Amino acid sequence: MANVAISPENGVLLAFRRDLRLAVRSKGEVIQAMVFFVMVVSLFPLAVGAESALLKRIAPGVMWVAALLSVLLTLPRIFANDYADGTLEQLAISPYPMAVIVAGKMLAHWFTTGLPLAIVAPVLGLQFGLGAHELGVIVLSLMLGTPVLSMIGAVGAALTLGVRGGSILTALLVLPLYIPVLIFGAGAAEASMAGIDYTANLSLLGAGLLLGALASPLAVAAAVKIALD
Amino acid sequence: MSIFKYASPSTFYPLAGKMAPWFAVIAAILGAAGLYLGLFRAPVDFQQGEVYRIIFIHVPTAWMAMLIYVIMAVYGVMALTFNTRLSSMMIEALAPTGVMFTVLALWTGALWGRPTWGTYWAWDARMTSTLILLFLYIGYMALVNAMDDKKRADKAGALLVIVGSANVPIIYFSVKWWNTLHQGYSVAASGSSMDASMRMPMLLMTFACWAYAIAIALWRVRAIILEREKEAAWVANLHGSASLKTSGVRA
Repeated sequence: MANVAISPENGVLLAFRRDLRLAVRSKGEVIQAMVFFVMVVSLFPLAVGAESALLKRIAPGVMWVAALLSVLLTLPRIFANDYADGTLEQLAISPYPMAVIVAGKMLAHWFTTGLPLAIVAPVLGLQFGLGAHELGVIVLSLMLGTPVLSMIGAVGAALTLGVRGGSILTALLVLPLYIPVLIFGAGAAEASMAGIDYTANLSLLGAGLLLGALASPLAVAAAVKIALD
Repeated sequence: MSIFKYASPSTFYPLAGKMAPWFAVIAAILGAAGLYLGLFRAPVDFQQGEVYRIIFIHVPTAWMAMLIYVIMAVYGVMALTFNTRLSSMMIEALAPTGVMFTVLALWTGALWGRPTWGTYWAWDARMTSTLILLFLYIGYMALVNAMDDKKRADKAGALLVIVGSANVPIIYFSVKWWNTLHQGYSVAASGSSMDASMRMPMLLMTFACWAYAIAIALWRVRAIILEREKEAAWVANLHGSASLKTSGVRA
């Protein structure tokens, strides 16, 4: 490690690799979020009935809401342990700017939650009777949208560090801000099912991703600094 | 000497005390005049009948609901850039009023919607985004109330309002486009041209709501200042004795 140059890219990479390694070593974590996603989606046919036309119609919305909830439940993973054992303070006094470190952490969070969800989504889509084209659009929308969920969620997770009632509080803060992602994400899949042009929705998700990549490291870094004060 | 003189809670406290009653009086006068003109003088709408009169409360409260969140965000920027405690206290003082106006806007909207659209609630773009605005207010209040460390609550709250306000336009347009995609109710809320006899009470009510919000926020910020600064010497001097301390007011 001693001969690594201090540059933003290395900072992102450092935090990213560290968090990824931690997630992989604590075996259950990555799988749990995926299983939760599958379970929530599977509850809907049981709740609304197995009528295939209805299921097909609600599939994009159900999958997006389930993805949103799974990401929400994994948000404490980004900072909570590092905050509890003091690692976050060590990271704060490292030569890398906090914005760079949190960028790496958010990327790692997406790799261990959003990306696996996007990968299992097609299997669930088949259960709901979706065609290959719609499945492709859902996967694409999840790929573009879930990173934004990680970014917005990281702000909420950092703001609520060490606060009592943390996880439900994080949900209260974060869910309203998730709404645009939900609308455009589920909207893309619905548009593709209705045979309308869905690229506008995907473009907007992409725009959100770029905007989030630009603004979220700064906001999250500010939130972490407030928590460490 | 500058306006920053009043950025200190100890100098703002008496100023707020002097200003608040004036704004309350203005609110009462304008409100009474606006309600009188709106409820008794304005002509009956030829399409909606008497029901339309609810807009004299509905529209000003809906404006205030949005405006107060924006003002909170401006105070949030001030709190984080100038590191002024008073800015954070103002955010905290404005939030309950913002919630009240948002609830009023939704409530009067539902009461108007029932006879006019035939339903209390439609997933109309404006209604949905107002509901989300209510969630944003509640999120802010939940965060600030959950933190025992006031200094951290101040900064965290300020950051949250800034992040939230940056999202308000995005939320509004996303809901609007979602609404057109789903093809819900698309009733225009009001005619494009409004008669002067209707515009006047609307303006009066709007200013009444402004004055009310200012008065109540000033009173509330005074209470917040006292609560936070109860150990400070100037508060003890203010009330002549140590009565405030011994009464055991605790956060």
